[in-house]
Amino acid sequence: MLDALQALGRATLGFFERLGRGHLFLLQTLASMPGVLLRPRLVLAQLYSVGVRTLVITLVSGMFVGMVLGLQGYNTLVDFGAEESLGVLVALSLVRELGPVVAALLFAGRAGSALTAEIGLMKATEQLSGMEMMAVDPVQRVVAPRFLAAFLSMPLLAAIFSAVGIFGGHFVGVGLLGVDDGAFWSQMQDKVDLGGDIYNGVIKSIVFGLVAGWIALFEGYDATPTPEGVSRATTRTVVHTALAVLGLDFVLTALMFGD
Amino acid sequence: MNNRKIEIGVGLFVALGIAALFMLAMQVSNLAVMQHGESYLLSAAFENTGGLKVRSPVTVSGVRVGRVDAIDYDTRAYQAVVSLRIDSAYDSFPEDTTASIFTAGLLGEQYIALEPGGSMENLKDGDRVQLTQSALVMEQVIGQFLYSMTSKNNASEE
Repeated sequence: MLDALQALGRATLGFFERLGRGHLFLLQTLASMPGVLLRPRLVLAQLYSVGVRTLVITLVSGMFVGMVLGLQGYNTLVDFGAEESLGVLVALSLVRELGPVVAALLFAGRAGSALTAEIGLMKATEQLSGMEMMAVDPVQRVVAPRFLAAFLSMPLLAAIFSAVGIFGGHFVGVGLLGVDDGAFWSQMQDKVDLGGDIYNGVIKSIVFGLVAGWIALFEGYDATPTPEGVSRATTRTVVHTALAVLGLDFVLTALMFGD
Repeated sequence: MNNRKIEIGVGLFVALGIAALFMLAMQVSNLAVMQHGESYLLSAAFENTGGLKVRSPVTVSGVRVGRVDAIDYDTRAYQAVVSLRIDSAYDSFPEDTTASIFTAGLLGEQYIALEPGGSMENLKDGDRVQLTQSALVMEQVIGQFLYSMTSKNNASEE
């Protein structure tokens, strides 16, 4: 009985301790941003491994998501004789929801897991403590450039995802199924609002970029320095990022498009 | 060494991302539509605007010539006042032009259709379209239909 109570207490304390460590870690990372901006070369290298290498999967997925939206949307809309609205359907779904969310999920799977594994392994092989020995702050040197790269990459990846998806929907709707080209674009331009839809989509992707980068880096930094610990941390990164992104997406959608 | 490759890759990535944002803003959103060039305002009073919204299209013979700029309610006349922003290219509407609120398709959006009359004088900026026809509200139409059906039935029974 007491053992069960103790286990519950320990789990609760452990949870809050981790939560606190996570926030301290975020503050520490943000505090070392000015130092990072003085060394843009570090960020550049991370932009390459975080952003550029995620580009291909984003392009391909965006294309196919857009094509599926075009196909499914057409089949439903044609029953109402409203297939001209296909452009609106594809554009709004992508810009508001699917672009930021799916790009963030792909980002977590492709880049987040790599970040966690990299930093976790650095910790396991004591490279991080080695840096501390040499009076190099590992947060500023290793973590912060990666965080900044994730923060910068996500909005770009989400925008690329949406844009490619719209072309995919256009290819299926106009190219294969025969929706009128002019109606596709003009109805889209009629209904998609720059401030209400596109900016809000960008804001969403910025938030998701922050969250995905934070979770991936913290899991790596906080990983148990063993092969098993790194493997668990990598799994947790993908699971937690997916949950956080989907949950936050609901909150952001309710705030932005709720009324 | 491969520094150049990395820089080219990042440059390509950022350029592509900015191009995508630019494309979303210019090609997908209403930015292109909102940049109305020269235009002028007309107004029209309606008993009922139905589901008309700001930015709904204004058409003549099915051609879009402008859009709804604002919808207000006149508390003294007990009428809705709709401002129409019309392209300056279409500046010759006779004074006895009729403005009607129609629905595009069965479930579609509502829009304003202008029907030119025969007057020699044209409407100018700030003028009010005098002849208007309100939106059809489905409940009213069904109500009138039921009413006429029952009265017909009563007449035939007597």
